[in-house]
Amino acid sequence: MDFQPTEDQKALRDGIRSFCEGQIPNERIPDLEKSKGFDRGLWTELAEMGVFALRVPEKDEGIGLGYSEAVLVFEELGRRLVPGPLVWSHLAAGRIPGAASGERVVGGLDLHGGIDEATTPILVEHFESLDVLLVLRPEGLFELDPRDLDAKEVDIPLDPLTPVHSIDSLPRGEEIGDAEASARMRLEGAALVSGQLLGLAEGALDLANEYAKTREQFGRPIGGFQAVKHLLAEMFVRQEAARAGAYNAGATLDAPEVGDVERAVSSAKLTAGEGAIRNARGCIQVHGGMGFTWEVLAHYYFKRAWVLENVFGTQDEHAERIAGILEKPGSGS
Amino acid sequence: MDLRYTAEEQAFRNQLAAWLASEVPAHGPPPPSDDWEARRAYDTAWQRKLFDAGYAGINWPKEYGGRDATLIEQLIYFEEIAKANAPYVGVNFVGVLHGGPTIMAEGTDAQKAAHIRNILAGDEVWCQGFSEPVAGSDLAGLQTRAERDGDVYVVNGHKIWTSFAQVADFCELLVRTDPEAPKHRGISWLIMPMDLEGIDIRPLPTIEGEGEFSEVFLEDVRIPVENRVGEENDGWRVTNVTLRFERGTAFASDMIHLQAFVQDLIRTARSITSHGVTAWEDRALRREIGHLSGQLESLWAMVKLSVCEAKKTGVPGLGSSAVKLYYTEVYQQLTELGVRLLGRAGLSRSDVADLPSSLFLSRHFNAISIAIAAGTSQIQKNIIGERVLGLPKEPRPAARSHHRSAPEPARS
Repeated sequence: MDFQPTEDQKALRDGIRSFCEGQIPNERIPDLEKSKGFDRGLWTELAEMGVFALRVPEKDEGIGLGYSEAVLVFEELGRRLVPGPLVWSHLAAGRIPGAASGERVVGGLDLHGGIDEATTPILVEHFESLDVLLVLRPEGLFELDPRDLDAKEVDIPLDPLTPVHSIDSLPRGEEIGDAEASARMRLEGAALVSGQLLGLAEGALDLANEYAKTREQFGRPIGGFQAVKHLLAEMFVRQEAARAGAYNAGATLDAPEVGDVERAVSSAKLTAGEGAIRNARGCIQVHGGMGFTWEVLAHYYFKRAWVLENVFGTQDEHAERIAGILEKPGSGS
Repeated sequence: MDLRYTAEEQAFRNQLAAWLASEVPAHGPPPPSDDWEARRAYDTAWQRKLFDAGYAGINWPKEYGGRDATLIEQLIYFEEIAKANAPYVGVNFVGVLHGGPTIMAEGTDAQKAAHIRNILAGDEVWCQGFSEPVAGSDLAGLQTRAERDGDVYVVNGHKIWTSFAQVADFCELLVRTDPEAPKHRGISWLIMPMDLEGIDIRPLPTIEGEGEFSEVFLEDVRIPVENRVGEENDGWRVTNVTLRFERGTAFASDMIHLQAFVQDLIRTARSITSHGVTAWEDRALRREIGHLSGQLESLWAMVKLSVCEAKKTGVPGLGSSAVKLYYTEVYQQLTELGVRLLGRAGLSRSDVADLPSSLFLSRHFNAISIAIAAGTSQIQKNIIGERVLGLPKEPRPAARSHHRSAPEPARS
C-alpha cells in the first residue's frame, strides 16, 4: 500500500495547479462574473489539458488515467474556483461525442435521492452554456437537448459564477443508460465533486491563513492570537479529513477490492462537504468585516461550497446511505 | 494513491490473524481493572507470547529483538489485534512505546543490555515520570531536582499522571539537573528503579473512580549517575525522540475499536423503543450515526495517508496532530451519542435493563481523556498553527530562564 500520490500524480496535480493559477489569478476571479462563469476559450484550454478526457481509455483517444488522478485534478479546479459544468462534462466524456474535446459542453441534473419533481424546483446550473443536458433518474440515464426545454433564468443565483435556470416541465428525453449506469455516474460524480470540495476547503484556508499573517491588530498579526490560530488549526483538520476522504474515494474506485466503494464515496462527499462549507465560513470569520464584503474572495468559496453540497447527494443523504450500509449483516467494521 | 496491499503485506496479515485466532481465546478474559497484580501478570504473559512468536516490538529494529516491520505492517498489526480483540500493550505501554525506544536511540551499551530484551519479553514493566503538578502542557517547566553527590543523583520532587506506577519496576524520570540554564537545557533523563528508598506512590483515582494513574513523591532518592540516558542537561532532546512517537501510531488500535463501537450503538438503538418505533428507525439518529461513521472512514484514511508519509520521511509527520484532533472530535461525538441513547439507564454505571451502561459510559469517559492525554487538543492546535500553518508563535516569557521566571502553574 502506498496511499500518498505518486510522483506522476503530483506532477499532474502541479501542472493543473499552475495552469489554473495562470488562467485565473485571484484578481481575475471577480471578472468571471461578467461572463456568468463560463468562458469558452478557457473551456477549450481545460479540454486540451485533458480535464475531460482524463479517464477515457487511450484507445478512444483519451488519457487513460484513473479516479485517483481525476480527484487530484478536480481538487485543483476547486481550489481555483474554476466555474462551469466541469464534473458533468468529465463524466460525459467517452459517452457523449464532443464532451472529451470540449467542443460540446455537457451539464446535468441529478434526480436521485428521493426528489419529488412535483414539489422540488428543477434547477439546472450553467444552462445557457450547455449543448447537452444529462438527467440521472433512479430508473436510468437520459440525454436531453437544452433547446427543447422551456427554462427561465433565476434572478439572483447564489454563486455569481454559477448561473441557474428553472425548468417547469422536464421531458424524459432519450434513455442512453439503464438504472445501473445512472447510479454509477452519480457515484463517480460524488467522488469527483469531493475532490472539488477538498480544493475549496484548501483554497479557503490558504486565503484565511495568508490574511491572518498580515492583518495586524493590537500591534500583532492576528494569527498570533490563539483564538484565531486555533480557528485556523480546526480548518486544517477539516481540510485533511476532506483530503483523506476524497483520496480514499478515488483510490477505492480504482481498486474496488480494497473496500466498499459506496461507503468510501459517501464518506468522502460528506467529509469534503463539511470541510468546504465550514472552512469557507471560517475564512469569512478570519477576515472579520472585510470577509463579509463582495470584494474579498471568501464569499466565492462559501457560495460554491453550497452549490457543490447540493449536487450528487447532500451530507445528510450520504449519512443515511452509510447508515443503510451499516445495517446490512456482516458490515462489522 | 494505491490502497492495495502487496503480497508480502497480505501474507503478514494472514499469518498474524491465524496466530491471533488461536492465541487470543487461549489467553482468557482480562482480570478486573482494579486488580493491579493480576493485570500485570495478564499483560506481561501476553507480551511474552508476542515475544516468543516474534510479534513483540513490531516496529523495533531486529538487532534489539524486534520485528522491524514497515509502517504499513504496523498498521496491519493494529488492525488485526483490534479485530481479534487481543490484549493491547497494557502495563507494557511505557516500556514498549517510550522507555525501550529511548534507550535504543540514546542509551549506553550497558543500559541496552540491562533493559531492552527484558522490556520486550514482558519481564520488566516501566512507568513514566514526566508530568508534574506545575508542568503539564508546559512540560519543560518541570521542577523535580536532581543534585549530584559523587556518582549518584539525589532526587527530590513530585510527579503526577504516572501510569502503572504501582506495578512498575522502572521509571523513565525527567529531572532538572541545572536550574540556572534556560528551561529546555537543564533537564536530564534518568532510569529510576522503583524499589529505591524514598519513593512514595499514591494512587490518583480518575473521574471513573479508579484507573492507572498515581502521584509519585520523591524524597532524597539516590539514583546512580550511570542510569542517566544521554548527556546531562540534554534530557529534553532525548524526551522528544519518544514524544513524537506517541503522536504517531499510538491511537491506531483504538480507532479500529471505534468502528466496532458503531455496531454497538446500532445494536442498542435497535433495542430501544419509543413512540412504538425503535431508536434506529429514527431518521435523525440514523443520519447522525451514518455521519459519524463516514467521518470515521475518513479518519482511518487520514491515518493511512499519515503512515504512508511517515514511511517516506522516516518519522511521524506533523499531520499526526490533525489525526489526533479529528479522532478526538469523532470519538467524543460517537460516545456522547451512546450516553444519549442510554437516557436514564445512564444514571447507573453498571448495566441495567440489558442496556450497556458500563461500556457506553466508560467509552465516553475515555473519549474525554483523549482530548487531554499525549498533548491536549489546545496544544495540538498550537502545533498545527505554528509548525504547519506558519503562524506567529505564542509569546513565551518563561522560555528564557527557568530560574528567574518560574513557569506558571499548568495542569494537563
